[in-house]
Amino acid sequence: MGMIVHFGRYLNLLRETFSRPERWSIFWRRTVEEMDLLGVQSLGIVALLSAFMGAVITIQTKTNIDSPLIQAWVVGFATRQSVILEFSPTVISLILAGKVGSNIAAEIGSMRVKEQIDALDIMGVNSASYLILPKLAATTMINPFLVMISMFLGIFGGWLAGVQSGVISSEDFIMGIQTGFKPFHVTYALVKTVVFAFIITTVSAYQGYYTRGGTREVGISSTRAVVYSNVVILLANLVLTRVLLL
Amino acid sequence: MIVVEGLSKRFGNTQVLTAIDAAFHKGRVNQIIGRSGSGKSVLAKCMVGLYQPEEGRVLYEGRSFHDMEEEERRQVRQRIGMLFQGSALFDSLTVLENVMFPLRMFGTMAKSEMQDRAHECLRLVRIHEKDGLFPAQISGGMQKRVGIARAIVLEPEYLFCDEPNSGLDPQTAIVIDDLIKELTESLGTTTVVITHDMNSVMETGEHILFIHQGRKWWEGDREALLHTDNKELIEFVFAGNLMRQVKEAMTRGR
Repeated sequence: MGMIVHFGRYLNLLRETFSRPERWSIFWRRTVEEMDLLGVQSLGIVALLSAFMGAVITIQTKTNIDSPLIQAWVVGFATRQSVILEFSPTVISLILAGKVGSNIAAEIGSMRVKEQIDALDIMGVNSASYLILPKLAATTMINPFLVMISMFLGIFGGWLAGVQSGVISSEDFIMGIQTGFKPFHVTYALVKTVVFAFIITTVSAYQGYYTRGGTREVGISSTRAVVYSNVVILLANLVLTRVLLL
Repeated sequence: MIVVEGLSKRFGNTQVLTAIDAAFHKGRVNQIIGRSGSGKSVLAKCMVGLYQPEEGRVLYEGRSFHDMEEEERRQVRQRIGMLFQGSALFDSLTVLENVMFPLRMFGTMAKSEMQDRAHECLRLVRIHEKDGLFPAQISGGMQKRVGIARAIVLEPEYLFCDEPNSGLDPQTAIVIDDLIKELTESLGTTTVVITHDMNSVMETGEHILFIHQGRKWWEGDREALLHTDNKELIEFVFAGNLMRQVKEAMTRGR
């Protein structure tokens, strides 16, 4: 029963969020600000994680398929597939759910308990649209770029670690990442990224928007935002994979 | 003028307000008083549409607020200014930007005109020299003044103030009271102040509504308040030593 109520309120919040902004100029300005806050400021952690994870994937793949029957370039192939299909779109989105999702829930939750959302409503501003729509526009636009950067750095990190540690030659790795490449896999990864960005933003905004109480409740909302975003991302990942890849 | 008719509100199984009837007049400081938890803030939030009452209605110039279409309700809201208990200023905006905010959302002015209007309001509340600071950089009393400036920047017809003196020292509280009174007279607003500060009631209360246990318990003006024989109101108003001494002095002087 409680879940149905939450889902109904979530849909109602989405309906209000997708209302026409009062001022387009303010909407675009806020969207650019959110792109910086939620996207550009996540670039460092995304780059760091991607390069190291790519490196680890390469070394682990090599140690697990160290057989004379398997050609050396398979390590590059496996690294590319792991990074493009799963690591960059899904794991990076899960990490962004922790960083960006908690940020969104805490910001909106604080505004709720400090009556700033009430102030917007009394002024006649659609608070849901004013607060959430720019964040949604920002994350759905900027996250695909973050994921593309992650793909590049993941594969680059794999190449660097593989060549530097001597587990694979540069030629074999490059041959591996070129072998059997399907451009649709990148499309699949980007579709997932946009859906995950939508989930992170709306689930976290929902948790923040309906916060009641004080600072303790803001903390609880922030934690719930991360947990629920992660669970929904994992479910959506399975559904999208079934629909797009099978 | 705002009229409340038979307004009732409950949260879950808790009845917070029961059949409140009241009229709040234009150009006057109307005060809603009562103990903490008596339902006065809930009444104000029902009046501005933040809460949907289970029964009753709120009439703005004869039009029922809760029966209006969304667009009409938004238009009424744009004629309401509200000062919140915690000021509710936007943390990421400067003092000037906070005051300009309603103008940017709904005004049709050029940016320079908006700035002029915002400065005018900041001068009215005597805080124009702090226009470049953020809310966290100014005191609670200053935040209240900025909140008032933001509330009046669109020249509202209705001004709501929720506990405007809470957390302020007595001198600053008097400044805020005087400001609310001045603005009500100069702008001709229908002002509704929610308070349990008796100094404020005695300074500015022209029409006072006492809410007790979610019901309208008493209604009158300052003079009537001092001479009331309503037991619950006497207990509330004369709970403090100062007010008891005022009452005794008045009784002796009679």
